[in-house]
Amino acid sequence: MNEFLLIFRQVEETATESRSPEQMQETMKLWMDWLGGIAAQNKLVSNGNRLYNGTGSVVRPDGIVTNGPYVEIKELIGGYSMIKCDTLEEATEISKGCPILLVGGNVEVRQVVPMNM
Amino acid sequence: MNKTELLPHLFRTEYRKIVSVLYKHFGFEHPEIAEDIASETFLSAAETWGLKGLPENPVAWLYAVARNRAKDYLKRNKIFDQKVTPILQSAQTDYAEFEIDLSDKHINDSQLQLMFAICQPVLPAEAQVSLALRILCGFGIDEIADAFLSNKATINKRLFRAKEKLREEKVKIEFPATSQISKRLQAVLTTLYLLFNEGYYSTSQDTTLRKDLCLEAMRLTYLLIENELTNLPETYALMALMCFHSSRFDARTDEHGEMVRYDDQDTSLWVDELIHKGKHYLELASKGNQVNKYHLEAAIAYWHTVKEDTIDKWESILQLYNRLLQIAYSPVAALNRTYALYKARGKRDAIVEAEKLKLNDNHLYHVLLGHLYKDADNTLAIAHLKTALNLAKTASEKNRIKKDLEQLK
Repeated sequence: MNEFLLIFRQVEETATESRSPEQMQETMKLWMDWLGGIAAQNKLVSNGNRLYNGTGSVVRPDGIVTNGPYVEIKELIGGYSMIKCDTLEEATEISKGCPILLVGGNVEVRQVVPMNM
Repeated sequence: MNKTELLPHLFRTEYRKIVSVLYKHFGFEHPEIAEDIASETFLSAAETWGLKGLPENPVAWLYAVARNRAKDYLKRNKIFDQKVTPILQSAQTDYAEFEIDLSDKHINDSQLQLMFAICQPVLPAEAQVSLALRILCGFGIDEIADAFLSNKATINKRLFRAKEKLREEKVKIEFPATSQISKRLQAVLTTLYLLFNEGYYSTSQDTTLRKDLCLEAMRLTYLLIENELTNLPETYALMALMCFHSSRFDARTDEHGEMVRYDDQDTSLWVDELIHKGKHYLELASKGNQVNKYHLEAAIAYWHTVKEDTIDKWESILQLYNRLLQIAYSPVAALNRTYALYKARGKRDAIVEAEKLKLNDNHLYHVLLGHLYKDADNTLAIAHLKTALNLAKTASEKNRIKKDLEQLK
């Protein structure tokens, strides 16, 4: 079994638009269903965290600090989770069920390299 | 209660009280003392009451005899100086003044302290539960063997090793420091949860014994609830869970001792008073700001006591299982989640999720798939039920699966 980090990204407009409590509850339910489904397969390592939607900072060499790595469209990382399965293909398949896709977001799937001490 | 029933009844209620207090006094260094004195006391009661008739106050008689035997033992063995706990050593200077305090408060305190002492992660889980049954609940070795579907020799060995370990580790029988209580309490709650599950999920045919195990777990949890130091939200949550589950105990087995599935249960056999108590404890449990495994399981158990079969009920159960699985995975929780999903969202979605589980060696998995495929693909349903029949271990479960197969043919 390998561990995979799932990074959830969203275009800033959709990430920061205001939603009603009912909409938020609906979204919450979709995420819980998806994570619950992964957990039921015993493939969830950590449900991870959401990241604050406001500005963060990016630190570059020579003390340069900006408020984002944005190239063209401003995309925000909304959060991350960690799953475990055998292959990248499997992890990718699991990610196809992620609710962020329903709001035009995307999931980056990266295999974790274990540290050899 | 007539004469012949009184002593066994008193054994069940008073043995453990006497044993707890004696353990408190003598510690784990000489574990046989506490139990020997307690046993001798009851033996002497059996002999004397048979000849001379019942004393006016049987409980007081037992306590008096236990006290005297303990004092005699001390005098005979001169272990006062070496073995008695430091607190007592500073308070007492004279053999004659050494008193075994059998007041209610001291009994309860001793039981609680013993609970913390026994529920040590250094002991394997079954050892903790066995020891709790023996010392805290006064169960006989036969009964414990029955509960674990084991034999006397195994249980005796297990108890012996556990006490040896406690003695080696020099485990003290006392309340943990306030800063440690929450952490140590987790171990105690786990053991009580396991004890309750032994009774609730056991495949032993002895229903009375299984009910006793549940009741004992609840009694001990109740001790924790009554004490200011230990009545934390998670304790209330565990109690709520036990109340909800117990409320349906009688409906879970039929007159042949066979297990009855949830959907087939006679809801008139559900005990309303226990459901009511469960709700009361669940409310008290929600006063903290953390939700843990017991909270979620208690909430799930609560929904199972709601008789109306609505989508809302099963959707709530599904969401609770979603959260529970994220905290703690178990195959049973995964299967139950899938069942809730079927009831809330229909067979098609449930089949998709169920196929992902791949719990191929688990007979309950195949039973679930058998149900989900029924009417959609009966050939597949039958295949799964046949696999389930092969994998099932107890006669009771095999019978139920056979009945399921009958319905499909």
